[in-house]
Amino acid sequence: MPLSPDQVVFWHHGFLKINATIAFTWVLILVLGIGSKILTRKLSTGIDRSRWQNLLEIIVTSINQQVGEVGIPHPEKYLGFLGTLFLFVAMANLGTIIPGYTPPTASLSTTAALALCVFVAVPLFGIEEQGMRGYLASYLEPTVIMLPFNLISELSRTLALAVRLFGNMMSGTMIIGILLTITPFVFPIIMTSLGLLTGMVQAYIFSILAAVYIAAATRARKPTPEAAPAS
Amino acid sequence: MLIDWFTIGAQALNFLILVWLLKHFLYKPILAAIDAREKAVAKELADAAATMDEANRKQAEFQARNETFDKERSDLLSKATQEAADKRKDLLEEARSAAEALSAKRKESLRNEAANLDQAIHDRCRQEVFATTRKVLSDLADTTLEERMGAVLTRRLAEMDAAARKTLGEALVSGPEPVHVRSAFELPGPQRTAIRKALHETFSVDLQVRFDTSPELVSGIELAANGQKLAWSVSDYLASMVKHIGGLLEQPAKARSHPKAKAATMPAQKAP
Repeated sequence: MPLSPDQVVFWHHGFLKINATIAFTWVLILVLGIGSKILTRKLSTGIDRSRWQNLLEIIVTSINQQVGEVGIPHPEKYLGFLGTLFLFVAMANLGTIIPGYTPPTASLSTTAALALCVFVAVPLFGIEEQGMRGYLASYLEPTVIMLPFNLISELSRTLALAVRLFGNMMSGTMIIGILLTITPFVFPIIMTSLGLLTGMVQAYIFSILAAVYIAAATRARKPTPEAAPAS
Repeated sequence: MLIDWFTIGAQALNFLILVWLLKHFLYKPILAAIDAREKAVAKELADAAATMDEANRKQAEFQARNETFDKERSDLLSKATQEAADKRKDLLEEARSAAEALSAKRKESLRNEAANLDQAIHDRCRQEVFATTRKVLSDLADTTLEERMGAVLTRRLAEMDAAARKTLGEALVSGPEPVHVRSAFELPGPQRTAIRKALHETFSVDLQVRFDTSPELVSGIELAANGQKLAWSVSDYLASMVKHIGGLLEQPAKARSHPKAKAATMPAQKAP
């Protein structure tokens, strides 16, 4: 039994290869992209609208609201990045109910890639919001001595993001696989449903943590009106 | 090896592609649709608020107009009621005046009728008294009424006391006109002569005497000169008779108006 879907290689040509992680990710991209394109083809701006439109509106507005509750002033601006993080992880984890499917998030490469994206996106959003000088100055807060600790914090939280998601999803898949060999009937179903819950929670945690990092980079280190005269 | 760097790069690229796809095919259209709907709802709410304001304004306007109409109607009604009451009062007053005038006229008419009737009864009674007296005198005493009237006048002349005789005598002598003797009936010659003789004997002068007959004025015989008068009249008899007859007529009227009293008194009369 492979520990990671990266090890299931369908095609390779030198450095290039197509493994299960990439293949299932493409499937998810197709499903999400084509599904969105089809469902948003005839959107109604009136009071009467379709059930699918209602569902999509609920999902989008819920994500937007959650992002806003984290403390980001204009959540629509970061909805593309954070919402896609949530939807990708959630859909990848929900797919485990399909037999033969292996979630891409069970691969450390995928979770590391997502964490890497967050690692890059957070300073980009911070620089965009505060400027290069302001963002870099945030690493010296509250004192210069804190610089190495802030840098370690940046790296460690990225690593934690990647490993947390990978560990949860990989373990869930592994447990189901092991249980299938031991008790092939009822118990794996329970564990699968538990895995679905775990997957949704991990999607929520991953995207919310990313939102918190972005909020911290874009807003938290700005001087408040009350604190400004004292500083 | 759990980490494959090619896979990491490919997955990062895949994720960025997915971000772009969802941004264009999911978030933007959905948020645009929600914004459009919110704008439409806001516009409808604003329109509804404007319509409500307009409705409230019109309602207030209609209410004020209704209140004005009600007030005008109330004023007109009270005015009409007052006018009707005044008119009724005027009409009642007019009717009362007309009724009173009619009543007064009727009373006057009744009074006139009663007076005429009294006069007619009085004249008739006098005629009847004269006729009866004449017949009684003719049948029982073999004399005439005219003779007796002349005799009464001459006797009264003779029986006058001294003061009265003097006063009348002065009046008869000093007057420029002759002595005026009026009677209800034509006095025959012997009576006229007897009167002239009695005057001569009483006052010891020759007096010019004029005899007139006026049955409508004199109820007997009278001698008048210069404001002095000596007379015998049947009026006293007639008054007495009217009094008696009136008493007789009043008894049945009283009996009709008090039947119980009469009924109560009747057994008491029969008892002895």
